[in-house]
Amino acid sequence: MPELLQFLLSGITVGAVYALVALGFTIIYNASDVVNFAQGEFVMLGGMITFFAHAAGLPLPLAALIAIIVTAAIGVALNKLAIEPARGAPVVSLIIITIGASIFIRGATQLVFDKQIHRFPAFSGDQPILIGGATILPQSLWVIAGALAVFVCLWLFFTRTLIGRAVLATANNRVAAQLVGINTNYVMTLSFAMSAAIGALAGVLVTPITLTSYDVGLALALKGFAAAMLGGMGNPKGALVGGLLLGVLEAMTAGYVSSQYKDAAAFIVILAVLFAMPQGLFGRKSTDRV
Amino acid sequence: MRLSSKVTTLLILAAVIAIAPVFFPSSYYFRVGSLIFVNGLAVAGLVILIGYAGQISLGHAGFAGIGAYACALAPVHLGLHPALAALLGALLSAAIAYLVGRPILRLKGYYLAVASLGFGILVSMVLSNEAQLTGGPDGMAVPELGLRAVLKAIGIDLSNTEFWYAFSGLVLVLGAWLALNLYHSPTGRALRALHGSEVAARTVGVDVAHYKLVAFVISAVYASVSGSLLALQNKFITPDVAGFMHSIEMVTMTVLGGAGSVLGAILGAAILTTLPQVLTIFQEYEQLMLGLVMMLVMIFMREGLLPSIARRIRGRAE
Amino acid sequence: MKFALTTTALALILGLAAPAFADIKIGATISETGPASFLGDPEAKTLKLLVEEINAAGGVNGEKLELVIYDDGGDPNKARTFATRLVEDDEVVAVIGGTTTGTSMAIIPVFEDAEVPFISLAGAIEIIDPVKPYTFKTPHTDRMACAKIFEDMKKNAITKIGMISGSDGFGASMHKQCLSIVGDYGIEVLADETYGPTDADMTPQLTNIKGKEGIQAVLNPGFGQGPAIVTRNYAQLAVGLPLYQSHGVASDGFIELAGAEAAEGVRLPGTALLVAKLLPESDPQRAVVTAYKDAYEKATGKPVSTFGGYAHDALRILVDAIKRAGSAEPSAIRDAIEGTKGLVGTTGTVTMTAEDHLGLDLSAFRMLQIEKGGWKIVE
Repeated sequence: MPELLQFLLSGITVGAVYALVALGFTIIYNASDVVNFAQGEFVMLGGMITFFAHAAGLPLPLAALIAIIVTAAIGVALNKLAIEPARGAPVVSLIIITIGASIFIRGATQLVFDKQIHRFPAFSGDQPILIGGATILPQSLWVIAGALAVFVCLWLFFTRTLIGRAVLATANNRVAAQLVGINTNYVMTLSFAMSAAIGALAGVLVTPITLTSYDVGLALALKGFAAAMLGGMGNPKGALVGGLLLGVLEAMTAGYVSSQYKDAAAFIVILAVLFAMPQGLFGRKSTDRV
Repeated sequence: MRLSSKVTTLLILAAVIAIAPVFFPSSYYFRVGSLIFVNGLAVAGLVILIGYAGQISLGHAGFAGIGAYACALAPVHLGLHPALAALLGALLSAAIAYLVGRPILRLKGYYLAVASLGFGILVSMVLSNEAQLTGGPDGMAVPELGLRAVLKAIGIDLSNTEFWYAFSGLVLVLGAWLALNLYHSPTGRALRALHGSEVAARTVGVDVAHYKLVAFVISAVYASVSGSLLALQNKFITPDVAGFMHSIEMVTMTVLGGAGSVLGAILGAAILTTLPQVLTIFQEYEQLMLGLVMMLVMIFMREGLLPSIARRIRGRAE
Repeated sequence: MKFALTTTALALILGLAAPAFADIKIGATISETGPASFLGDPEAKTLKLLVEEINAAGGVNGEKLELVIYDDGGDPNKARTFATRLVEDDEVVAVIGGTTTGTSMAIIPVFEDAEVPFISLAGAIEIIDPVKPYTFKTPHTDRMACAKIFEDMKKNAITKIGMISGSDGFGASMHKQCLSIVGDYGIEVLADETYGPTDADMTPQLTNIKGKEGIQAVLNPGFGQGPAIVTRNYAQLAVGLPLYQSHGVASDGFIELAGAEAAEGVRLPGTALLVAKLLPESDPQRAVVTAYKDAYEKATGKPVSTFGGYAHDALRILVDAIKRAGSAEPSAIRDAIEGTKGLVGTTGTVTMTAEDHLGLDLSAFRMLQIEKGGWKIVE
């Protein structure tokens, strides 16, 4: 039984990492129908900038804050320079633009920083916490709490605030949103800043566990994307559940079946879910535009 | 006299392939040329899927992997000639594309993207995990095609790189010809109809699911043959051929050059294949430049390079 | 018009083939970026640094070296193109590179066909076994690393182990080699787990290993962040058995990533490079590794790694061969490399023969143990 619990704790830790990345996808997708494949780079930037600011002598919280602000600024720049000029381009072009952006950010990071792997200390030490014969690191609790907090904030933001509803309205119908007085450019800028900040926050939280280097972004983006699609793109609840589900699935497969095929199992489940529910678990129904 | 666009495309393609070697200062250029043709073939298949039918796939490298490993495994385990192995790979890819395509093509947009991505990752995972069979991530050797020796016996003596330039060039022209014929066939018209609007196509009686599947299967065969050519040319193959980055590369080539036109997509393949070679002058800035080029082209030339340039030229002429 | 455009594009591409004249031109194709950049980055930096150093000291046989270096991103297909470019277009006299086994194996045929000597920086034994006339390598084979580890286990009466291997090229290759010789040491592998190179948590695999009755030690072949996370998870689960890492993590950076506390007691086969300061004055390698370590750390501000050492040795072997050959003809260089005798490098003392294109034995490896955040030699 302690094994099952250990697998579960591991799955939730990893799942919370995926969920944080998936939540970052949600906002931009909601505002613009763009899946931003550079989302993983925001996570990477959060970790890398924090590490280098911390190594330069800044206290960790300040370093993390700087990382989040700088990354948010990069997110805004990405929107202004690459996404806004390409408005109305087909899905496949947007995928390539954001992948191009991710390659660009990666290239810039290796120049500005380096190609080594880095880690900064966990927030509350490395003493494992014992739960029924299984263990979890305090940092994992930080990650899980972070994912939950971001989820709650986003949920409140989209359902309870005017600006959140404006974001949804912009995604739904840009022209109509403008007609009712929504500044859609501001909405776009805001959503890129928020997505990037959430990504950077994820990077700050997970780096003590997963470590970071200039090229961790792509793998994170893929897993986060898969998690978001599993849950249903655009829905914070979907991102959270999708991420946790993916993490637990991987841990259970690694624990009980085969560690070699744990990623395969995750993708098989994603395929199976999409065949049964083409919009993911909590996705909104879309109708064909005629 | 006005030549049809099909004949023009084929003539341009054949002429460039035939004349370019005159300017080659060393046989390294034949190597780059043959890679362009191998990529061009995969991309010509994606034109059918992306350009004609308007579907997306982030997993086509999976089919390239099947084609490549068929050439590595079938000669060893089944005693097949490498050429037959490539054919077997193509058949296998078609069969798998048929089975996988039926459920996943019901998905749209990003959901189709993630499903095809999952498929590609599954293939590359099997290739790198089944190490006893495939040699794992370090890859395995691929037997010689043997055609060069035959040519030599009848008096045509080509170096290795020259041979692969000529051979893959020939296969590319053939592939382009088939793709262009398809465009003007009833199937091609049905595909373009569903690209415009699935609902409209369905209303006028097009079997949407069937035609999407046809496009998926055909493009899978193109990718598979491209993978086989790559394996036979390199005489060594690793699971990278089926990797996510290779899938992305193929889609980028297609869209960058112009997904709607076979010639455009092949131009995209040419650019993205030579770009890393050219960008070596930037050294550490190589990645940066690659990302920048991808973004700039897609932002400023949405239809892709060739159609955008062609439109600009036409616009000026009028 | 379309045609004109295409030809202009082609002409542009062709125009970049401007030949540069140098005295002795050597080539390199290294995975400076991509999944193996952790290995390739120090390799490339080392080559650039040493070539500069050699030229500043007057070059080789009075001639300057020119290094043509390409980044293959770890992609064997790209590596193959760069290999062709180095041989056919840049017309180099010898090539160093092939950071991974995959890239090395993919480019060997190019050099064998063109009869240009090639010194690989990758681990697998297949690169030099069977011996190919123009192919050499500097790193120990994975099999030697396994042998070194199993010898140490045997000495400590360990007969039943669990393995957890990275599924990347490095981990998979070493995993295969270890399994092929483990029987010779009377050791049984009771648990055999893997993890992906980008995985964030390996506790499920380690829980399974921990739960297996009778396991006395755990071996983790891998490089990059994976082994650091394994080591941290190992401490988290309090597995409490000896943990053996591979030469893939032999650098100070590993201790930093895993944390000194979690890494306490970890054993691994490393090269003299890591313990330069601990070597006795009489050790023939001391001067060489100290000089390289100081130069590298001064130039880059990063700690040296075993991988940079591989590139260091490859260049030293090449330069030594060119000197002895008194010529920069590829075939003369090849013969001279094969005649390398008693050359002291970071990985050991290299003596090559027609049957041995590696020229190292097990004595070149040193069993190291991490203690209080530093290295200790345990022999």
